[in-house]
Amino acid sequence: MQNEGKQKIWKDYQKEIADDHYFYVRSCIRQNFFPGSEQTFLKILRAELNKDIFENPHHTTCSGIGYHSDIVPFDTIQTIVARQFALMTEAGYRNLAVSCITSFGIYNEIIETWKEFPNELEKIRNYLKKATGREFKIPQNVSHASDIIYKFREDIFARKKYSLTNHETGKPLKIVEHIGCHYAKMFPGKGVGGAEFPHVLVGMIESWGGEVIDYPERRHCCGFGFRQYLVMSNRGYSISNSKKKFESMEPYRPDAIASNCPGCPMFLDRWQYVIEEMEGKTYGQNGRGIPVLTYEEMAGLVLGYDPWDMGMQMHQTDVEPLLDKMGIEYNPDLKYAGKDGKQIGQVKMAGCKC
Amino acid sequence: MQLYEQLTQDIRFEEGLNSCMNCGICTAICPAAEFYDYDPRMIAGIVQSKDESQIEELLKSDAIWYCGECMSCKTRCPRGNCTGLIIMALRSLSQELGFFTESEKGRQQLVIKRVIGENIVYRGYCILPENLIPELHPEQGPVGEWIFENRKEVYKRVDANYCGEGTGALRKIPKESLDEIYQIFEITGGFERFDQIEHFSKLKARSMGFSDVDEEFTDYINHTYTTNNGKHNRP
Repeated sequence: MQNEGKQKIWKDYQKEIADDHYFYVRSCIRQNFFPGSEQTFLKILRAELNKDIFENPHHTTCSGIGYHSDIVPFDTIQTIVARQFALMTEAGYRNLAVSCITSFGIYNEIIETWKEFPNELEKIRNYLKKATGREFKIPQNVSHASDIIYKFREDIFARKKYSLTNHETGKPLKIVEHIGCHYAKMFPGKGVGGAEFPHVLVGMIESWGGEVIDYPERRHCCGFGFRQYLVMSNRGYSISNSKKKFESMEPYRPDAIASNCPGCPMFLDRWQYVIEEMEGKTYGQNGRGIPVLTYEEMAGLVLGYDPWDMGMQMHQTDVEPLLDKMGIEYNPDLKYAGKDGKQIGQVKMAGCKC
Repeated sequence: MQLYEQLTQDIRFEEGLNSCMNCGICTAICPAAEFYDYDPRMIAGIVQSKDESQIEELLKSDAIWYCGECMSCKTRCPRGNCTGLIIMALRSLSQELGFFTESEKGRQQLVIKRVIGENIVYRGYCILPENLIPELHPEQGPVGEWIFENRKEVYKRVDANYCGEGTGALRKIPKESLDEIYQIFEITGGFERFDQIEHFSKLKARSMGFSDVDEEFTDYINHTYTTNNGKHNRP
């Protein structure tokens, strides 16, 4: 009976994640900074898990960065989102797989708005019809891409080449997990574990052999803040909030930071470089930075994918300390090469220890 | 229509303000309140008071532009309020009335509209690789500069489809899709918002002594992008 009670309580912190047939919508930030992660996600679903995931080239930005920097009105973003749903409907899909956390939050906000204000839904249907001639159905399931990797984490580990352990000592690697704010802070029921106990990254890390670090500022925002990063004179906000997290996690000696957000891994990566430039301070071991990775990169490393194929050379803070601990083989000479080893411009890394 | 009444027309305001008891938990959790001289509890208190002169002052202030819209306040408020949503309603009204140009932080809306807004309408993305000019983004570091200068090769290396036809990361959005986005902006008030930002910004630029010889007001934009009077943070 006691277990049933607990199961009942925790049911509120679980979400339904569709198990196949996804319509994929990409992230603006991730296409710029982590395009290899999106490709890795598609590769894992198609080649490893044999899932059906469809992408329509006509889908666009959801306009979320514009909405959250307040230049895009609510009616406009609702109609752009309705258009994405129309593309999904026309392709015969009902399950949305969302690459971006900002978009994920927006899709949830809009669907919840339509439930509470049916007149809004009718208004937006009319706007979309008038603007594009399209009609749509609301998705049956909206899953963030990290939800899907979480759901299949054991299947992924069954195909592992490496684990999140130190290959010399066999001990679990200590990983900081950072959940994007818009994953579950607005709508806790839409995220695995809700806002209080987000489990989406914890589940992956623990299933793949790692150990999760709990630290005081674990749930603090990375500091993106939309307009607080977009405008140069506001960026003190962004770096200060990231720094607060670095200072808080440093005593726990993390081997890596993993995130499920588009912007967070970029900021947690780049601001380490800037703090080193400004103050000479680094937060990792042996005077290095803490490698920051996306959950797809983490999954790809476990599966034995080449780090440069996944785009890990696009990080400013070196990922090699993590690769070395995991015992992953990589070719340092090809890190900054182009396709098929083509020689392209070199990175001017003078003086950077990160 | 009174300012408070106008705010209540915004669904975000209706959702964001139920009944604030001014406990301050939103301020305690707020990343903006740690960095700026900012107190979201005060924002909720002012709008709840329905004091028209205080609301007008708020709409003209830097204070409404400090929030990062992370929505951490939503999770913690014991009454289910969300100051971040109240802020979104205030910012929309401030732009509609032209009050945003009265504050340094508000004036930044023009550069955001010019870059992010025009990317959305004319390219189908919020941001693009060519926006990440190293001089404007020194935080991107040497790797960011390498990506920027070798972007076609770097994106090709990681199987992106930069400016290409078909599917994939950074693909060229087909013209017929961009036409649909344009129509959506036309019909839903997106361009009206853009026009408001342009109109009131140009009036302000002229009053601040920026020349209108250059129709793009480049000097004004550079000024708003880089100026920080150093008075925004806690003493």
